[in-house]
Amino acid sequence: MVKIEAVIRPSKLDDVKAALDELGVAGMTVIHVMGCGKQRGRTQYYRGQEYTVNLLDKVKLEVVVPDSDADAVVDAIADAAATGEIGDGKIFLINVADAVRIRTKERGDTALR
Amino acid sequence: MIVAALMVLSEVSVYAQDLESVSSGDTAWVLASAALVMLMTPGLGLFYAGMVRRKNALATMLQSFIMVAIIGVQWVVFGYSLAFGPGNWFIGGLSWIGLRGVGQGPGPYSETVPHLAFMIYQAMFAIITPALITGAFAERMRFRSFLIFMVLWATIVYDPVAHWVWAKDGWLFKLGALDFAGGTVVHICSGVAALCCALMMGKRKGFGREEIMPHSIWMTVLGAAILWFGWFGFNAGSALGSNGLAASAFVTTNSAASAGALSWLAVEWLHRGKPTALGAASGAVAGLVAITPASGFVSPMAALAIGAVVGVLCYLAIMLKSRFGYDDSLDVFGVHGVGGTWGAIATGLFASTAINAVGAEGLLFGGGTLMLKQLAAVCAVFVYSFVVTGILLKLVGFVSPLRVAREDEEIGLDLSQHGEVAYNL
Repeated sequence: MVKIEAVIRPSKLDDVKAALDELGVAGMTVIHVMGCGKQRGRTQYYRGQEYTVNLLDKVKLEVVVPDSDADAVVDAIADAAATGEIGDGKIFLINVADAVRIRTKERGDTALR
Repeated sequence: MIVAALMVLSEVSVYAQDLESVSSGDTAWVLASAALVMLMTPGLGLFYAGMVRRKNALATMLQSFIMVAIIGVQWVVFGYSLAFGPGNWFIGGLSWIGLRGVGQGPGPYSETVPHLAFMIYQAMFAIITPALITGAFAERMRFRSFLIFMVLWATIVYDPVAHWVWAKDGWLFKLGALDFAGGTVVHICSGVAALCCALMMGKRKGFGREEIMPHSIWMTVLGAAILWFGWFGFNAGSALGSNGLAASAFVTTNSAASAGALSWLAVEWLHRGKPTALGAASGAVAGLVAITPASGFVSPMAALAIGAVVGVLCYLAIMLKSRFGYDDSLDVFGVHGVGGTWGAIATGLFASTAINAVGAEGLLFGGGTLMLKQLAAVCAVFVYSFVVTGILLKLVGFVSPLRVAREDEEIGLDLSQHGEVAYNL
């Protein structure tokens, strides 16, 4: 079981969701986050004083999938979230020990479906 | 108790022969103007609250709003008497305390308007002047100390300065310095006091290290719009009549505000590459400040020039501020001190007796002495306001600490001083 954490452009969220729907990924968690990487912040001016905000608005999408689906999901996210410009974001993969569906107490891969 | 006693003491002075000279048109305009100027103070609250961080939005709004209440009491109990009552060259006496003798008939400042109408119109000026200062110590002053300081400042700084410039026995009035609607009394006086506050109270926590940014520019723009609207009462109302001079002041006011907004926007666009909403709002206010002393003495074309110059001047002043490194948080000195000073000088340049026979000829119309009188008034108010504000801050500091505790500043004044927050979003 793998947790896929993708930090992406907010404007690409709809595209990524559509791509995951096509793959039949059942659940996801979406969080508004601030972040920085190679993409520089935007400069703001208030009464001529310069302020540089390094942290930019991003969206973090978390999906937990069976090991066998991981590559397909990562590829789908990477394709759907890409613009080719700096600031497209990153994807992280983390091993997950177990999962529990609270309603039925099912565990493991069956809890993900 | 004291107020109740004064009420009993005060006599209602209504004389039939007085009332005959009261003009309904003039009275209507002055009362409407008083209401317009009243709205400026909460408008200023919005203007300032938008420029602070969200954790200080309510406290900043309240610092303006509560002035309507505090000075609303101070003025009728003794402030009006000290500012406009018969006295000496420096300050009015106590003969009008509790509005004794201030009645429905005309007073010494207006033949066609009830004395009470003139009094309440002037109250609104006394209210907004201390409120203007609050931008200098935004986000860090203890509310209790703030209240004590403001009552003292209104009484010991504003009331005498208003007396100097506007009362019949005031020394600047007798000298012949011109201030139609309060450029010196309101804007220079508060702007210089603000500079003193910023220097004595020190910088906000994190100033220069953290990014301290405005939390809601649309609120500031709305506040500026309300100020602009109210300013018609401030300037055109100062004609104290529903007449041609009021119309002239109305037009110069709007012209200068427009030119100020455009010139600030232009200089900012050239300097930083982007025109901002905060810049347009700041420029309009700077234009309004600058035209205030001149509004009843200059032509509309002169008003355009006054506004165009002040937008650039105030922008440069705020640029310089960052060189000096003091934390006049919302640029009260940069806008009101600098803009008010330019307005006083511009009055000495552009005033014309063709606009207002009671005025004088400015430098451009061959009058030389007016400029000297204007400079004397500016210097006198600079020194008096700066020195006395400093002394008052020291005194208040002995009784009650001026600043909130560090951790209270960290969590914000809304929660630490008032136990509430502006936004539950």
